Amino acid sequence: MTLTLLLEQIFNGLQSGVMLFLIAAGLTLILGVMNFVFLAHGAQVMIGAYAAASLTGITGNFYFGALAAIPITFLSGYVLEYLLIRHLYQRDHMDQVLATFGLILFFNEMIRIGFGPAALFSNLPPSLSGFVYILPDTPYPVYRLVVIGAGLVCAVGIHYLVNRTKVGAMVRAGANNEAMAAALGVNIGLLRRFIFAAGACFAGIAGIMLGPLTAVEPGMGEPLLILSLVVIIIGGLGSVRGAFIAAVIVGVVDTLGRVVLPLILRSFMEQSAADGAGPALASMMVYLLMTIVLVVKPTGLFPAKG
Amino acid sequence: MKRLLMAATISAAMVVGTASADTVKIGYMTTLSGGAGIIGKQMQNAVKLAMEHTGGKLGGVDAEVIFVDDQRKPDVAKQLANRLIKSDRVDVVAGVIWSNLLMAIHKQVTRSDTLLISSNAGPSPLAGGGCHKNFVSMSWQNDQTPEGMGKYMQDSGVSSVYLMAPNYQAGKDMLSGFKRHYTGEIVGEVYTKLGQTDFQAELSALRAAKPAATFVFQPGGMGINFVKQWNQGGMNDLSKLYTVFTVDAVSLPALKDTALGVIATQTWSPDLDNPMNQKFVADYKAKYGGYPSFYAAQAYDTMMAIDYAIGKAGSADTEAMRAVLAGGGIPTTRGILQMNSNQFPIQNVYLREVVLDSDGVATTKIIDTVFENHGDAYAKDCKF
Repeated sequence: MTLTLLLEQIFNGLQSGVMLFLIAAGLTLILGVMNFVFLAHGAQVMIGAYAAASLTGITGNFYFGALAAIPITFLSGYVLEYLLIRHLYQRDHMDQVLATFGLILFFNEMIRIGFGPAALFSNLPPSLSGFVYILPDTPYPVYRLVVIGAGLVCAVGIHYLVNRTKVGAMVRAGANNEAMAAALGVNIGLLRRFIFAAGACFAGIAGIMLGPLTAVEPGMGEPLLILSLVVIIIGGLGSVRGAFIAAVIVGVVDTLGRVVLPLILRSFMEQSAADGAGPALASMMVYLLMTIVLVVKPTGLFPAKG
Repeated sequence: MKRLLMAATISAAMVVGTASADTVKIGYMTTLSGGAGIIGKQMQNAVKLAMEHTGGKLGGVDAEVIFVDDQRKPDVAKQLANRLIKSDRVDVVAGVIWSNLLMAIHKQVTRSDTLLISSNAGPSPLAGGGCHKNFVSMSWQNDQTPEGMGKYMQDSGVSSVYLMAPNYQAGKDMLSGFKRHYTGEIVGEVYTKLGQTDFQAELSALRAAKPAATFVFQPGGMGINFVKQWNQGGMNDLSKLYTVFTVDAVSLPALKDTALGVIATQTWSPDLDNPMNQKFVADYKAKYGGYPSFYAAQAYDTMMAIDYAIGKAGSADTEAMRAVLAGGGIPTTRGILQMNSNQFPIQNVYLREVVLDSDGVATTKIIDTVFENHGDAYAKDCKF
């Protein structure tokens, strides 16, 4: 493998890491700050993708569809918290798991009833569908660069929000000691609703950006949920900075594992055996990484609570 | 919820079953939920259409179809097959999209002396040494379709090719089938994860290998992802894309004209010129809107084969139906099908291209016939 290819693959890993971060950012706050087990976060990704694809289909304008879908995802999180989630905070974790697992089935079925089981058409406008040369002899899709850019902007935005604003101070206070924060006059109920809706919104943005890359179909968010849980565990519950670093690590490890591992195995194994073992081992890499982190630092790399 | 519904359907079915003893019962297994749900939906549509065309009877006998959703999970498929055989006491278990699921239920169904008819999956072990007389395929053996593509690319002088398929039984069968007739240089052979959504890393590696052609097998939603990302990476300028089971009526509504010109081999196409196929395609479009996929055509053929078998055998006896089907001459949307000694069809393999029809809808059109009356490579190893 040449150096440019290796660099390109690391870049690919960065791109999938940025996408994972958008999903994990909200989830780590919901899990870490609110101490709430929320399994239906993948559904927020799906809602974002469907909102963008259908709005783009109706208006014929990709940019309008993508931008108009963002408030929809925020609103869906806000309404969901108001209708259901806030009633579950005082229940134990098993109840939360059951209820939010039910939500996964509910959202998938709603989408299937509303839009049918077939994947929606969602494609890029000509202005985004080309490619540019990021390295000599290495064309790269423009849209994936836009995804990286947008993801990094969101990451900086979340960082600023959490660390430099009053709302962020309240979120951090809540993460450290919720009872104390409430005693000091922070409206915990509203704060939770805001965190939840913001988390849904970031996951929705990931879905909006994923739409043109992958099939927009019912259940599209579930595979991402598991990876983003891995990210949260590695990064440390409730830590946005940890989630970002862990997401990039997971993205790069997963990508390189898929590409490099079969090559390494082939160098000393029979080809048919290597072809079988390579992809199987590659899909285990991130979980191995998670296990190692759990053994060495059980609270994750950057735990939010001291 | 799903389980409750299923239990309710099945217990309702049992009531009907006891009411009239001479009803033929078909257990139809397919994937109705999850990302592959659209495939199962199309198959279910086609089965319903077939039952409409036969007036609700199979071979002149009142018939009932019990649909079960395998969720693309082998363990679920095993449980459902068990239930179909033991508590519903079906005469035939049919359907099954995925090779790994068919492998999982094959033994328990065939050994219970129930006829098992595949509407799609055709894994090589079941065509060769592991064959069983109670298993009949109404689709193809996995290798047959990619063999056609390998032969076509060999004949048209393609110098080097890069291969990509998901890491499961069918993926391996597809690539070994392809290599049986293609003797040019293979510059890369990559197995991706089943259900993979992002192929960017694989595409980067592919670009570095600079193959003249790329051959992929990525069924269902994976095909949508792959073709989208292939286009966005500008890969067409570098390598020509050849496919099997990747671009079809399931993925085309999501791809539309981005898939124009993609070449594939297939044993069926909506424009195949025979009366049964034309009636099937026209009625399917009228009833459900949009083109049927090959999955739907094979599901329809499965029901028509059962209809033919019961009609000719005079009963739904497993051995009698099997003997009729093994004898071939089955009317299907692919014409009159003859059967190989391992009870897999002997059939033509066509070259299809994605085109726009007169209404501007993306579909596939036959441009050549690669193999005529093509049997699979494993039949010689099959001894019942």
